[in-house]
Amino acid sequence: MATEKTPPPLPGGGLAPRGSLAGHLVKAVLLALSAGVAAWAAWPLYETRNWAGLGLVAAVTGVVWWVYLSKRRVPAKYLLPGVLLLIAFQVVPVVYTVAASATNHGDGHRGTKEEAIARIEASSVTRTADGREFTLTIAAEGGSPSGELVFLLTDEDGAVYAGDAEGLTPLPGARTGPTGRVLGADGYTPLTAAQANGRGAEVAELAVPAGDGAGIRAQGLSAAYEGRAARAYDAGCDCITDSATGAVYTADDEHGVFATEDGERLSQGWRVGVGADNYARLAADPGIASAFFSILGWNTVFAAGTTLGVFVLGLAVALALHTPDRLRGGTLYRLLLVLPYAMPAFAMMLLWRDMFNADFGLVNRLLGTDVDWLGGAGTARAVALTVNIWLGFPYMFLICTGALQAIPRELVQAARLDGAGAWQAFRQVTLPLLMVAVAPVLIATFAFNFNNFNAIWLTTKGGPFPSDSPTAGYTDLLITYTYRLAFGGQGAEYGYAAAVSVLIFLIVTLISFTGLRKSASLEEVNR
Amino acid sequence: MRLHTPGVTPSSLPWRVGAPAGAVALLLAAAACGGGGDAETAGQGSLTIWSDPERAEVLEPFAAEFGEANGVEVKVEALPADDLQGDFVTAHGAGSGPDIVVGAHDWIGNLVQNGAIDPVRLPEGAEAGYDPAAIDAVTYQDQVYGVPYAMESLLLLRNTELAPDAPATMEELVETGKALQEDGKAKEALALQVGQTGDPFHLQPLYTSAGGYLFGTDDDGDPDPSDLGVGTDASVEAMERIAGLGEKGEGVLKRSIDADNAPSLFEGGDVPYYVTGPWALAGAEDAGIDYAVSPVPGFEGAGQAAPFLGVQAFFVAAGGENKVLAEEFVVNGVGAPELASALYEADPRPPALIEVSETYQESDPDLAAMREAAEQAVPMPVIPEMSAVWDPFGKAQAAVIGGEDPASAVAAAEKAVSEQIG
Repeated sequence: MATEKTPPPLPGGGLAPRGSLAGHLVKAVLLALSAGVAAWAAWPLYETRNWAGLGLVAAVTGVVWWVYLSKRRVPAKYLLPGVLLLIAFQVVPVVYTVAASATNHGDGHRGTKEEAIARIEASSVTRTADGREFTLTIAAEGGSPSGELVFLLTDEDGAVYAGDAEGLTPLPGARTGPTGRVLGADGYTPLTAAQANGRGAEVAELAVPAGDGAGIRAQGLSAAYEGRAARAYDAGCDCITDSATGAVYTADDEHGVFATEDGERLSQGWRVGVGADNYARLAADPGIASAFFSILGWNTVFAAGTTLGVFVLGLAVALALHTPDRLRGGTLYRLLLVLPYAMPAFAMMLLWRDMFNADFGLVNRLLGTDVDWLGGAGTARAVALTVNIWLGFPYMFLICTGALQAIPRELVQAARLDGAGAWQAFRQVTLPLLMVAVAPVLIATFAFNFNNFNAIWLTTKGGPFPSDSPTAGYTDLLITYTYRLAFGGQGAEYGYAAAVSVLIFLIVTLISFTGLRKSASLEEVNR
Repeated sequence: MRLHTPGVTPSSLPWRVGAPAGAVALLLAAAACGGGGDAETAGQGSLTIWSDPERAEVLEPFAAEFGEANGVEVKVEALPADDLQGDFVTAHGAGSGPDIVVGAHDWIGNLVQNGAIDPVRLPEGAEAGYDPAAIDAVTYQDQVYGVPYAMESLLLLRNTELAPDAPATMEELVETGKALQEDGKAKEALALQVGQTGDPFHLQPLYTSAGGYLFGTDDDGDPDPSDLGVGTDASVEAMERIAGLGEKGEGVLKRSIDADNAPSLFEGGDVPYYVTGPWALAGAEDAGIDYAVSPVPGFEGAGQAAPFLGVQAFFVAAGGENKVLAEEFVVNGVGAPELASALYEADPRPPALIEVSETYQESDPDLAAMREAAEQAVPMPVIPEMSAVWDPFGKAQAAVIGGEDPASAVAAAEKAVSEQIG
């Protein structure tokens, strides 16, 4: 045992430097590509001075080069792409969702406090009562378009002024066009539309003082008006004062809003951390407490029923086509069976929904019945299950066909020779061997259907709804119920929705974990 | 960066294709980040307009003309109409939004609370050129937030072969419709989309005629979120009257008639009356139906049927890089009668510019009728609280039409709405 052995060559050694020329080339191209992607990602990050992001890009690219340029670290070469993708598309979204669930992010609370203040002030500029209007030419002082910004203004009487941050000065010698708009004046350079637009921030900033707190502001390129900003932010009291009504809105950094003492809020808020508030709200909602368990029950039935349904149907069809003798037209059958799987699922769901329409649907016409399929709790649930099983069984048929072909026929033949009936041979030999391959797929099917938003939203929309509860329908899954909860109210509430997602994530994790442990024990038995 | 909430945002992707899609998403995300690099050069003069595909096509030549006149580049980007508002708000948050967006006036409340649009100041003379109802609709918290170009409201479309005369009341409509049904000339008396989850937008004329309201008005004439009409006695009485037309009553309002089959019922000549909007005229025309337009009738001896007025408008993005150009385009470009005419010809909805409306009215009898229908209409509430009403109240309506007790259905809707509004 003590003899030094060189480790057996690992697969993939061909990509190591001693490999073929083609291998070298592929590797060089891929590494160059990773450097290119890094440079591509780095530039905008540098422009916005996002050093943390830049560091991350550098670190990831560094690790990639370090791993692939070495002759060693062969296992890492295999693991790295998967790990990077896993982090990018599984770990980051989960972490992000958890982080978002601790904020009030959503409509009305999307940006920063500074942005909210800027918008509140900008939206409060109103025309003064007897406000003057001007025809505007945006110009620069002096002979160059980069000079100090000036508004050349013509009022309703045709008088011309130059306006800057200091105020208005009459400008009698200006050349004006037919509309009275200034075309040129000595000492000023009119800006082209593109030039004025390029200095848009300055144009928006400039309010030529017109006395009494009012200012003359540009509206586009060719008009100006006299207006006044009613609301102004004061950093001293961290509040916004409305000079028109006298109301004082104080910043509430816990909720991300400006509010008066008697609770009147300004509509523009900002994003703040709210800790566990979203979870507390979830727990305290009386609607959720009463609806949660009934929805969870149906949700489990739906996922389990779909899984069982597609498995039984898929397996039955697979067995029927898995005969030792060649079936005439077998390929055609297979093709037809895969059709539901090959068609766009969302279109099929809408089609099924229309077929179950009580008055105009195909189903009632064919059967000659008058059943309100989507209007009754039981029938709507049956419809949801039927449609979902119809859409899902071809996939299970494909899986089962593959798994059946991997089971040697000799095993079943041996069992039959030993006196087992067809059912017994299937039950004792084929099924256990099949389960080893199929069990993980069944768990995945269950977990997927537990959250199958489309299957419900596109067929029943969670309905029908009991007349005393418009929020929890008879066919609602947790995901459709909470979607309505988070997005049905006053616009989107991402923070709350994230909290709900975390809850569903935990439930599905728990179910999948238990299921996978079960399937692992299944494999032990067969070893 | 787009904010995704995994597990909640509905995804049409099956999990099997997740990984390759993920790789593509990574590339797209990198591309989106890279987009920021153009910002400074774009500031020199290029204007981006977001609109739904139908309008984008019409806007294209005007945008090009405006660009040429001002020496800048103007891009019109067509986005799916359903997601336009959400996409705009998200893009605004990411700093990659357009300079101008074309949309409906009832977005204003949400866009303002998200700081996504700025007010526009129409010159005083120009404001008088617009239909007052249109200006009223785009005014929120005493500010005009968009430049209107078209107005739309529900109307009654009738198949003149089956029903030659416009009904004066709902009762008259039901009588004619049911007579046609009994004679086997029509499958249904009325196509008014209800669906399994209800449709407060399409039921609004009947609901208001029967005395219901959604929000009261405050001193400024804006809808008042503290005065919720759902749950009041008036709303229960209105729903009782609607129940009379429902499945257990006259059977002219049905949950089985939804947004998908209502147009085909009318276009197939199977129904004499169809409550819909100007958007349905083209389909009826193409189907070769002889139709006429009239206002949606109210109940006999009850109030006037007041459908919602929707106003299509141009908004200036608050976060745009080219606000000077955007304001110029919206205030002076959109106000030009030529653009309003082109938009009308592409999609006949009553123009907001009075001048254009009157020009077409002589040659187009539909327009005169649409304007008459719009006269009774009341602008759809702009306040963000309105979005809390649609879903619960719609379900209450569906339940009532299905034969459930109006009082308990309305009370449940009121509870759900109040909880959301807080």
